[in-house]
Amino acid sequence: MDDIDRLIINELQGGFPIASHPFAVAAQRLGLAEGDLIARIAALRADGTLTRFGPLYNAEAMGGGLTLAAMQVPAHRFDEVAAQVNAFPEVAHNYAREHALNMWFVVATETPERIASVLSDIKSLTGLEVYDMPKTEEFFLSLRFEA
Amino acid sequence: MTPLDDIDRRIVLATQAGLPLAAEPYAEIAGQVGVTEAEVIDRMTRMLADGVIRRVGVVPNHYALGYHFNGMTVWDVADDVAREMGQAVGALPFVSHCYLRPRHLPHWPYNLFAMVHGRDRATAIAHAAAIADVLADRCQGHQVLFSSRILKKTGLRL
Repeated sequence: MDDIDRLIINELQGGFPIASHPFAVAAQRLGLAEGDLIARIAALRADGTLTRFGPLYNAEAMGGGLTLAAMQVPAHRFDEVAAQVNAFPEVAHNYAREHALNMWFVVATETPERIASVLSDIKSLTGLEVYDMPKTEEFFLSLRFEA
Repeated sequence: MTPLDDIDRRIVLATQAGLPLAAEPYAEIAGQVGVTEAEVIDRMTRMLADGVIRRVGVVPNHYALGYHFNGMTVWDVADDVAREMGQAVGALPFVSHCYLRPRHLPHWPYNLFAMVHGRDRATAIAHAAAIADVLADRCQGHQVLFSSRILKKTGLRL
């Protein structure tokens, strides 16, 4: 990764134009050529520096359900329960965390009503309590990683 | 906010994995969806204004950038000041996400969640200390939960 890659990552985490020749517009803003910008983003995607390039959608604004849930999983069952939880297509992310509540996952469903049934299915499948922690308020999201 | 119709949903499906890396990406999406480029541009511009699209751009893998320590900091904040404190904490430059969530007493007294990221553990812990300074005596307790392993990570699906 060189200075131009860093410039692209730092300046283009939002504000990519929704216009007919968006790379040309963005490239001009950054002092690059259109073709260079496209090639650089393609290379950063290919090597895994970028996970995605494009619009980031808000599941709830599209009418879907979203929650964060946590479980306390006994150490000897951890991998087995992780596999059970991950098998649900509605489970988008799942992280092991260092706490008594050691498994934290995000559930995204097509409708808000589906959340409760997915959590209850996970509870009956694993025999473990599932703590539902839907956000009740969201504050300004400043997600900008500096390269 | 305008509710999403069928064409909007087709545009979401065609773009949620990413935009084509071509000079006219919206024209390519238009071809897939079966509408004009102008229609795609108008609709995506509206979805951005409505908050259906949070932003358009590059999404870096924070691990690839060296941010290996992602700490979920959780705080037990008095309910009457929780919103005010959420705004203050969410505005800190190193906080990527900030939410209020329900407590689960007696096991889980924390209602304010703030994600912090660092290239090393000490930086993430220093970020948590800075949040503690902002909250001061309005917080009765907190923890920092580091992720020890990613068990699953996929994009949101429709």
